[in-house]
Amino acid sequence: MTSAILVSIFMTLVAASTPILLAALGELVTEKAGVLNLGVEGMMLCGAVAGFAVAFSTGSTTLGLVAAVVAGIATAMVFAVLTLSLTANQVATGLALTIFGIGASSLIGAGFVGRTITRLGPVFPAALSDHPLLRAVFGHDIVVYLSLALVLGVSLFLRKTRPGLILRAVGEHDASAHAIGYPVIAIRYAAIGFGGALAGLGGAYFSLALTPMWADRLTAGRGWIALALVVFAAWRPGRLLLGAYLFGAVMTLELQAKAAGVTWLAPELLAMAPYLATVAVLTMMSLGRRTGRLDAPACLGKPFSAS
Amino acid sequence: MTSIITRRRFNFGAGASAATLPLIGGVARAQAPLGVGFIYVGPVGDHGWTWTHDQGRLALEKEFGGKIKTSFIENVAEGPDAARAIRQLAQAGNQIIFTTSFGFMNPTIQVAKQFPKLHFEHATGYQRAENVATYNARFYEGRAVIGTIAGHMSKSGQAGYIASFPIPEVVMGINAFTLAARKVNPNFKTKVIWASTWYDPAKEADAAKALIDQGADMITQHTDSAAALQAAEQRGVFAFGQASDMKAFAPKAHLTAIVDDWSGYYIKRVKEVMDGSWKTGDVWGGIKDGMVKIAPFNDAVTPAARAAAEAVQKGIVAGTLHPFTGELKDQKGVVRVKAGETASDEILSKMDWYIDGVQA
Repeated sequence: MTSAILVSIFMTLVAASTPILLAALGELVTEKAGVLNLGVEGMMLCGAVAGFAVAFSTGSTTLGLVAAVVAGIATAMVFAVLTLSLTANQVATGLALTIFGIGASSLIGAGFVGRTITRLGPVFPAALSDHPLLRAVFGHDIVVYLSLALVLGVSLFLRKTRPGLILRAVGEHDASAHAIGYPVIAIRYAAIGFGGALAGLGGAYFSLALTPMWADRLTAGRGWIALALVVFAAWRPGRLLLGAYLFGAVMTLELQAKAAGVTWLAPELLAMAPYLATVAVLTMMSLGRRTGRLDAPACLGKPFSAS
Repeated sequence: MTSIITRRRFNFGAGASAATLPLIGGVARAQAPLGVGFIYVGPVGDHGWTWTHDQGRLALEKEFGGKIKTSFIENVAEGPDAARAIRQLAQAGNQIIFTTSFGFMNPTIQVAKQFPKLHFEHATGYQRAENVATYNARFYEGRAVIGTIAGHMSKSGQAGYIASFPIPEVVMGINAFTLAARKVNPNFKTKVIWASTWYDPAKEADAAKALIDQGADMITQHTDSAAALQAAEQRGVFAFGQASDMKAFAPKAHLTAIVDDWSGYYIKRVKEVMDGSWKTGDVWGGIKDGMVKIAPFNDAVTPAARAAAEAVQKGIVAGTLHPFTGELKDQKGVVRVKAGETASDEILSKMDWYIDGVQA
């Protein structure tokens, strides 16, 4: 195998991992604040369709990405109002949000079926990525670099900053945080909004970079993988990065193995590989812990009202 | 998860306009419009399989106008949920219901028993009843045409084939494509990736990239989105569209496409319901019947490839050429169809072996 092919596989792997990483990172912050939003798939689809619609209408993928973030936040706010202000059940509302997102994106996207746009291109000039090895570093688009920066940023924010500490406090013990004067509901609104923004951006990565078109249910269930990834990562951004790239790697290598002629493995088994890998790592991680629970924020999924 | 969260969208547009007729007409009261229902496995917006069936539904509306009222339910999971969806359309007063995926076979038969006066049409199935007819298209004829082009135009002699599930329909397509290409280039190889899905654009694109990485310079697919074509366009190799003309997605890569056209059949069958001559039956139409069409060729198709492809097309229409004419050997060298013989529909519809040259 030449280095060009290896780099090509690497590029595919990174691209496949990026939307999952983004959506999962957003959900991680949401969950750290104690809110379980199962509507990731719906928010991703709304971001995907908004991003495509704006990029198609204006001819600018940058504006498309901005629109996707806005659409993600807007969708997330529907969830936030229902669960925070009206204290609706988070699980049910999240599921409803996904169904809503699928329907809304399909409705908005109906007029864009069959249209294409210019793919989101590499951020650095082509001269920098002539050599395969340079391409592996400089050949990606802006969203890839942004996603890596966001992982670092979120990690530092949660561990090293005061607002990050407050956000975690809200997720671990909302009543105490409230008692010492922190606006629990407002912080959770912000966390849900951040989750929506990243889910929207992740969704737009499908319609602007991976497959520059609009098609119904473009994300094909990646939102659920992102949700699982947060648990897999035990709510740690660094591990989330590892998990997303591991998942992307298994997905990509599965296809490469088939293309290279690995026929002794059943195709169904190969298709299962990413999920098997996820289960295996999850099992290993939980075996390594005596507590049995994987560092979930204590208030995850519980409604809060300042009475 | 997706099987639980299915969206239900009804289209009552035509019904609403028909309902206003008596108000306007007053004297000449319109006869109640004939209800025509459709069950789709995917989203109408897939630009592939489901989209082409919906094009057929739209052709019906164009043909019959206010005389019919069409409705559809999309994204119906194959399984117990399908029976509920079909029953819903039956109870809504539809006279004829088209269920457009293989997995709807048993639910269709089951619901048809409960509604003996209604007409049911199941696409790609083999179970029939007094009020259940089946219909399908010979996509393999189209695959023989594109295989001929691939054989002529591939420099590496390797094609990549993104396949969904190893059912006879898909296996038949892989074999027809490979056979046609090997008639041109005896060393031609087809690398198959089983995507294990009908529809996952990102995965289809990644599969195309993997095939191109491994040396394929012709990409074709039996999955429903246009994502693989976009990947081919990006990497500068050629590809073929599936189910509909997908040129818009890949103007340079798209050489031609196999186009499903159900409208002729749908119009014929609805007409038969109207005049009372509808009978159960089984239709397996191909290029000759207009159910399978070949999209306009790209200018990149070489004159030799174009001539050969047109010859195959004409031969199929004239009945002088059958894509599965012996001698056909499988991968292990066993003769499956003897020299000079033609594979029967029976053999085709149960095909579970691969032609020599297929890497699956």
